[in-house]
Amino acid sequence: MFMLRSAARRIRFRSPLRGPWLTSVFGAVLLACLPLVIITGLLDYVAYGPGQSSPADVGWLHLPIFDWPTRPSWLFRLTQGLHVGLGLVLVPVVLAKLWSVIPKLFAWPPIRSVAHALERVSVALLVGSILFETATGVLNIQYDYVFGFSFYTGHYIGAWVFIASFAAHTILKLPTMVRSLRSRSLRKELATPLARTRPEARDATGLVAADPAPPTMSRRGLLGAVGGGVLLVGMLTAGQTVGGPLRDLALLLPRGRQPGEGANHYPINKTAAAARIPADATGERWRLVLNAERAFTRNQLSALPQHTARLPIACVEGWSTVQTWTGVRLRDLSALAGVPHPVSALVASIEDGPFARATLNAGQVTDPDALLALRVNGADLSLDHGFPARIIVPALPGVHCTKWVRSIDFRRAR
Amino acid sequence: MRRFTDFSGARPAHLLVLLPCLALAAYAAAFLLGDPASPTILTWFAGAVLAHDFVLFPLYTGTDRVLRLLPVRIINYVRLPLLGAGLTFVMFLPGIIRQGTVTHLAATSLSQQPYLGRWLWLVVALFAASGLAYLLRVVTTHARAKTSARPPIDRT
Repeated sequence: MFMLRSAARRIRFRSPLRGPWLTSVFGAVLLACLPLVIITGLLDYVAYGPGQSSPADVGWLHLPIFDWPTRPSWLFRLTQGLHVGLGLVLVPVVLAKLWSVIPKLFAWPPIRSVAHALERVSVALLVGSILFETATGVLNIQYDYVFGFSFYTGHYIGAWVFIASFAAHTILKLPTMVRSLRSRSLRKELATPLARTRPEARDATGLVAADPAPPTMSRRGLLGAVGGGVLLVGMLTAGQTVGGPLRDLALLLPRGRQPGEGANHYPINKTAAAARIPADATGERWRLVLNAERAFTRNQLSALPQHTARLPIACVEGWSTVQTWTGVRLRDLSALAGVPHPVSALVASIEDGPFARATLNAGQVTDPDALLALRVNGADLSLDHGFPARIIVPALPGVHCTKWVRSIDFRRAR
Repeated sequence: MRRFTDFSGARPAHLLVLLPCLALAAYAAAFLLGDPASPTILTWFAGAVLAHDFVLFPLYTGTDRVLRLLPVRIINYVRLPLLGAGLTFVMFLPGIIRQGTVTHLAATSLSQQPYLGRWLWLVVALFAASGLAYLLRVVTTHARAKTSARPPIDRT
């Protein structure tokens, strides 16, 4: 115990920039942005559709469930793009905020009262959960599953621990944040060069150093450095969602790169080889089976009325791409199956595995742009993009745009 | 009221905020009970804090302590590109060190081969931009010093 105390005393935090105002600036940015990251993340759980979200049992820990709409067609692109993109660009702000409050970690005595102990527990949960959410998210979008547990379970439960501790921290610290922000003028701070940079006034927060070192960076310089970090990460990640010429700038992310040739030159999500699609299953032998009654060859499908739509395909990992798809409307197929007013449809793939089937809601089946796509950008789908046929529905999470479709069961109202 | 405050160390409102929030966190964590992966999840949760507070933080403050040996006029021209290099290294680590090769290939049909080279070029670009900015500053301050040192022009 004595050693711990002397160690805590020996660590001296001498940065002349640390102080309640600086911490509050970072805090205000996070308070403005993190709720958006939370809500878009929770919306994703709804977007997957009832019975299809993971983890399956979360009790009351979800937004009200509603039928995920198909309009605007870029809805899921927007919500997941914001969730992942904003989460990534906030990393420098989170790290700066943690840097600014690190003396608190070594505060002595570590526990002053029951209330203080509880507050420290909530702060430990807050720091743990934001780092945990960031780490699992960052690893997931780079397909590094080193953590060895279900990403969905870990990230979703971690999110609720974060929501709880973030709420407590916000309510308890909001008055301090407002007071601290008022203690200095941001405009004046941005006009203060290094030569005139002075430490903040010492106060009860204990963030201001007792014997500050001479500054080597102005306060505006530090804010600029963090802002520069945000811009840098933004530049390196926005392209995976926005696409176009910006995509090439996402040069350290898998979805900054586009494999394939010609019409099929856009990101692949799971190759045919990885999905273990047998070579003969997609050839002449392939049939689309509707409601276990009617079967169509690919040529027969091509002979049906074709519809073309320019739609995004957006992944839960935040990346998306917009392509021009051509195929048969799902509602036409439903009518052919003898179900003119479907309430849902179960789509199954040749693939085996957890994402090899998806249930679409009534709106998703009957939307005029909801397709069983045979072609993309004027050419046949490539095998990696789901040949012979794949589902494309506006605003549907990419993972439910089933590839290598084998059968569709349209369900009628009972 | 006074006795409550003395015992708990804060106003009742403080507990009224903390207790429900901690209960919500506990309710969320309860869904992990019986999940065989829960020890791993907890390890990663605690590990994230330890890795930040006792590895990442000492590492970057230690590096900064060394940097502070540099003259003040150049320190930030080294600090900022180094920060950018560190930030991108940590955030894009899997690709750079090629971790998850098999899952990356299965998901995207691409290898992780280009990332290390790209990251190194990015670091070179950050330092080059910083060096250029320093050069620009030296030139402009030099020019400014020269003009202010020149005797005032006689306009009579």
